[in-house]
Amino acid sequence: MEAASVPRQSPRQSGAAMAIRKFLSCYGLILVLLVLPVVYGIHDLSTDGNLIRLGQNFKDGISNGAIWALIALGYTLVYGIIELINFAHGDVFMIGSFVSVSLFSTVGLTLTTGPLGIVLGLVVTMLLAMVVCGSLNVMIERVAYRPLRSAPKLAPLITAVGMSFILQNVGLLWKGGSHQSVTDLVHSQQHVFTFLGITVVRGDLLAVLITVPLVFLLTTFIARSRLGKAMRATAQDPEAARLMGINVDTTISLTFLLGGLLAGAAGLIYAVYQTDAWFFQGFQAGLIAFTAAVMGGIGNLRGAVLGGLIIGFIQQISDNRIGATWTPVVVFAYLVLIMVFRPQGLIGEETREAG
Amino acid sequence: MSVAAPSTPTKTGGRAKRTPAIPRLSGNANKILVALVLVAAVLFPFFFDPLSGFLDATTTALAYVVMALGLNIVVGFAGLLDLGYVAFFAIGAYTIGWLGSGFYSTVGGGKGIHFLTSSFASSLPGIHINFILVLVAAVVIAAFLGVLIGTPTLRLRGDYIAIVTLAFGEIIGRVAVNGDSVKIGKYALTAGRQGITPVDPIKLPGLQPFSNALNLRPWYWVALVLVALVLVVNVRLRDSRLGRAWIALREDEVAAVSMGIPLVRTKLMAYATGAAFGGISGAFLGSYLNTVNADQFEFSFSIFVLAMVILGGLGSIWGVVVGALALSYINRYLIPNILSGPDGIPRKLGLNFDFTELSFGIFGFLLVIMMVLRPAGLIPERRRKLELSEGAGEDSEPVIAVRG
Repeated sequence: MEAASVPRQSPRQSGAAMAIRKFLSCYGLILVLLVLPVVYGIHDLSTDGNLIRLGQNFKDGISNGAIWALIALGYTLVYGIIELINFAHGDVFMIGSFVSVSLFSTVGLTLTTGPLGIVLGLVVTMLLAMVVCGSLNVMIERVAYRPLRSAPKLAPLITAVGMSFILQNVGLLWKGGSHQSVTDLVHSQQHVFTFLGITVVRGDLLAVLITVPLVFLLTTFIARSRLGKAMRATAQDPEAARLMGINVDTTISLTFLLGGLLAGAAGLIYAVYQTDAWFFQGFQAGLIAFTAAVMGGIGNLRGAVLGGLIIGFIQQISDNRIGATWTPVVVFAYLVLIMVFRPQGLIGEETREAG
Repeated sequence: MSVAAPSTPTKTGGRAKRTPAIPRLSGNANKILVALVLVAAVLFPFFFDPLSGFLDATTTALAYVVMALGLNIVVGFAGLLDLGYVAFFAIGAYTIGWLGSGFYSTVGGGKGIHFLTSSFASSLPGIHINFILVLVAAVVIAAFLGVLIGTPTLRLRGDYIAIVTLAFGEIIGRVAVNGDSVKIGKYALTAGRQGITPVDPIKLPGLQPFSNALNLRPWYWVALVLVALVLVVNVRLRDSRLGRAWIALREDEVAAVSMGIPLVRTKLMAYATGAAFGGISGAFLGSYLNTVNADQFEFSFSIFVLAMVILGGLGSIWGVVVGALALSYINRYLIPNILSGPDGIPRKLGLNFDFTELSFGIFGFLLVIMMVLRPAGLIPERRRKLELSEGAGEDSEPVIAVRG
């Protein structure tokens, strides 16, 4: 009986092990992501009797996550098309913040400007910051990545790190090494309304109101326009795209342009929302946004937005409960966990290599 | 992509027959050259004041050479881009911080724990263990950490490895910064940005303990011995079965695995060896700089070391030595002593310009320029030179769909 049951047992066991493994690879990341919210949700329920504090974290997470989502889109676009982690992207975002901060006074924005003036001024500043960052990103591609298109894969990654350092140094020389406080133009901490006990402030609205249309425009552009179609074709198969008459170089430049535009907008939101700008902000923001892009599934636009929001939430919980000094550790730990257990991300990485 | 790698332990049994795959560079001229360089290196400190800034810069440079040679094994030989190398520097430095300083002053009822230390250190509270033993401990701990960090990256592809190692490097750096609030029992993990200081000087049997306030020459010689040791290990490893396995993995993972190279063990050995060198250098620098401060373990340091490897030439041992010396001199001597300060060249020319603020950008610029103009480095590895002239890298086709 023993002898008979053993061979039957072992395939069933390995079947169970397979099932567990399958379950983990499907839902493991979601479970890991739920750990922090659930733990602190229970904690809130037992101490306060409601979930307002967690909800507050969630709301802050959404508005911060909107910024990460915009940056993550830049990572995911570029990775989608040339399989390069554009390490300098976070620093392009930082330059976007610096440009915005410098332009506020040029445009004539002060604390006393009227509401219409503020809106107009912010729109103008944002457009300028977007243009600067977009062209900067295109230039970076031209100088540092294009000459290495046929080199081994690590070469452009190393130049990307180099570009990131150069941009950081530019930021350092431009505004100095200390945190720059930014005029709180929109009174970002002023309450707008309260919903289910969660207070929404102006900064939150600003972040969401800028991000949503931009993401909508981007997705429509990529899904509908001719150039968007060219981008998708190039991403799928550059050789075939070239044969079909698509100018691959222009398409790649366009991708970098789009990524830079979004980074510029994110830079403005960050400066206005956090009322702070720092030459080193890009490094951490870049890594957080990259985590977001990977979490959603790199190469996947919806995934990047979703990942940005989730990572924003996690980061807020960590900032609020564990302590801001530990937030990088939490975020990086999540990055490692995702990479190890589900490198294709939540929605699924759209790469042929991963398939 | 990830090919299951059945590890075949029997295959590496024949470690004894270590036939060099690459024809040696040697020749009599080369041997004489090495001997001359060695003699010059040993006699070098006598040409300088025992406390001169140049000797100080050279000693640090030698420690960086050890680190760059370690990173060269991971990045240059095995082709695993490690952006978190600073983690091993940190762990090496903390090993001496924990085992060779007054940091844990309450240990042993305030009397401390002592083992083979100088008579002065034996009278101090805290843990004080002989430098050589600390070095061994640093090697073991760093190698273990290397395996720990390497394991999750085994299935990942190149650029993801870079990010995971970077994340680990940042985690270690952050833990070092915040470690003063992490208590194990009643002992803090690190001293954070305060730094653990003072750290025991090196005490070798039969010699007085070193002092970096009186004479830098002994420090220099110890660093030189470490470099020589690491160089020998590096050259021997490169020509060994393991070294060839690393290079094979770097060139084509799938082909290498199908030829029977145990992927897991070979990669982990690369991480462990590279980490061990980082640990050695970290322990030495901890003692030499007399402080173990969390501010030392920033991401930029990983890039600094990477820049040395790239400048010299990925995988080229002598190139890496030259690259490391060049960059450390730029960083520790040229920028602070020549290009800035009141006697700096720009100041003499009437320019109000400080180069120290530019050091970041200089390294970034070097990385970009080297990669674009001379990707094989100053002194290219011969094998890689062949490769690059043949036009490798057809596998770098971008393949991803962007969908709305």
